[in-house]
Amino acid sequence: MSKIKNAFSNGKAFIAFITCGDPDLATTAACVREAVKNGADLIELGIPFSDPTAEGPVIQGANIRALAGGVKTKDVFELVRNLRKDVTVPMVFMTYANVVFSYGAEKFIGTCEEIGIDGIILPDLPFEEKEEFLPTCKAHGVDLISLIAPTSENRIGMIAKEADGFIYLVSSLGVTGARSEITTDLKDIVEHIRSVTDTPVAIGFGISKPEQAAEMCKISDGAIVGSAIVKIVEQYGKDAPPHVGEYVKSMKDAIRDL
Amino acid sequence: MTNPAGRFGIHGGQYIPETLMNAVIELEEAYNHYKNDPEFNKELSELFNEYANRPSRLYYAEKMTKDLGGAKIYLKREDLNHTGAHKVNNVLGQALLAKKMGKTRLIAETGAGQHGVATATAAALFGMECVVFMGEEDTIRQALNVYRMRLLGATVIPVKTGTRTLKDAVSEAMREWTTRISDTHYCLGSVMGPHPFPTIVRDFQAVISKEIKEQMMEKEGRLPDAVLACVGGGSNAIGSFYHFIEDKDVKLIGCEAAGRGIDTFETAATVNTGKLGIFHGMKSYFCQDEDGQIAPVYSISAGLDYPGVGPEHANLHDIGRAQYVPVTDEEAVQAFEYLSKMEGIIPAIESAHAVAYARKLAPTMDKDKIIVVTISGRGDKDCAAIARYRGEDIHE
Repeated sequence: MSKIKNAFSNGKAFIAFITCGDPDLATTAACVREAVKNGADLIELGIPFSDPTAEGPVIQGANIRALAGGVKTKDVFELVRNLRKDVTVPMVFMTYANVVFSYGAEKFIGTCEEIGIDGIILPDLPFEEKEEFLPTCKAHGVDLISLIAPTSENRIGMIAKEADGFIYLVSSLGVTGARSEITTDLKDIVEHIRSVTDTPVAIGFGISKPEQAAEMCKISDGAIVGSAIVKIVEQYGKDAPPHVGEYVKSMKDAIRDL
Repeated sequence: MTNPAGRFGIHGGQYIPETLMNAVIELEEAYNHYKNDPEFNKELSELFNEYANRPSRLYYAEKMTKDLGGAKIYLKREDLNHTGAHKVNNVLGQALLAKKMGKTRLIAETGAGQHGVATATAAALFGMECVVFMGEEDTIRQALNVYRMRLLGATVIPVKTGTRTLKDAVSEAMREWTTRISDTHYCLGSVMGPHPFPTIVRDFQAVISKEIKEQMMEKEGRLPDAVLACVGGGSNAIGSFYHFIEDKDVKLIGCEAAGRGIDTFETAATVNTGKLGIFHGMKSYFCQDEDGQIAPVYSISAGLDYPGVGPEHANLHDIGRAQYVPVTDEEAVQAFEYLSKMEGIIPAIESAHAVAYARKLAPTMDKDKIIVVTISGRGDKDCAAIARYRGEDIHE
């Protein structure tokens, strides 16, 4: 068991996603610290990938900017070592299977344990393929986070039963990015999940406004926000950290007392 | 523990977002049902024969054989199919399957445009909506095919991300599929992507080797000594190889696009230069850097300009059953010109990669040996680009 459950021990969790190295790693570090200072309960660090097939245009753009800046996987590990000097909230990596595979699963996941990464989210690693990394993750106490989608239907029980850390519930069809409205009947899905497991459920994809975060947290244990934060980083570049902090505060305030 | 589906040795699998899992499971179940359904197979062979002009000819290239002075060369004329390439075999199969599944909309990626044209054609025939994703760079290289797709009623979306070529078109088609699954079938154009696509596409393309075998027995009374085909994702190659895999005396040779050479970064020769990875739903060989970032590959041929290779080819390479050889742009262009002048057949620049290797191989073999070269498509679409390569600017 990792520390991820701590993120859900202070009421509803606000989970902030940031692409590492956009526009540079120093800015990423400052954004993470601002997000934590302003109430983020868990940090998702995106390791850039050349072809992020689950991402919408906003996070695709962040990946391209980060890679153009020359960020390597080993630099992201250094960033985490630096952050762990003072950041205590749980942190997870979000990247693609090939980033882990090409680095070597044992080396990558072993390093995660060593530097204090609590889990890994791989959107292109469904339940059927999790054996690729799960034994290594278990050996190192790093949670391999499971995703459940609006189309999961008969698969929900099977996935939820074996889920570690928290369950990432994808709010709607499609790729990441802000949506004006989330129409999926998530309440039923969350109830189904809760009937088979105590693992916390956080909802992501499409959430950008405080009202949306509140709405999602009323039916689940937390809200995950990526594209809206990445957009702030895109807009303000190196000056982004205080703006990210301000945004995180507005989001956390909206769910704090639920 | 669930047994991972669709493996070829260590390759293949289903590395896709959870959102798509039930869609590929539904597809697999439908395919397993219909592949043994006599009615489905009857409809498909009628489409193949009456609509797509199958069986395609196995043509003895006598002038080319004499000119090269070695093995006897036969050309498998997939370029004579309706829409001008082997792509129609797979598309008619998948479109018919999609129709049986109650889907009303087809989406597809395309590189050279041949798969997009074939998909737009099937959509027109079956009265389905069609959206084709094509790298912006390829819409310029293959402007004629963009027009053909539009003429057939399809919407062509130029993809402006990444290298703006085939790989990005695949990514964008996958993204589109996650947004709309219930009425949409993703008509993948090659033996790649998540299971069951590599198997479905292979089975529909296997008609190529089934016919070669029958035609060769009829003409020569024996099997060929080697079968050559170009490999991008590898659908015409697996189609040409499939019924020969158990015939160990038949050499199977895939011709990869080396671009400006396998010792340069401007290459798309995946088996020769790539390493094992996970991308676009499958484990296979990919051109990538040490961090697993997919490489911006290059080939003069938009249809071979892809950083990966189908998982069954990766396995045929691993077990030594097939050989994968690199062919450069310059060799392919020379072969494009050679076959045009020698046999009066203008091959697709993709197929010209296989012709180029046949020109090297045939003279090293005795005159009683036989080579089959699959001409996967016709070259009209490439004339403007090859003219530009030779420094001539023509207006279509």
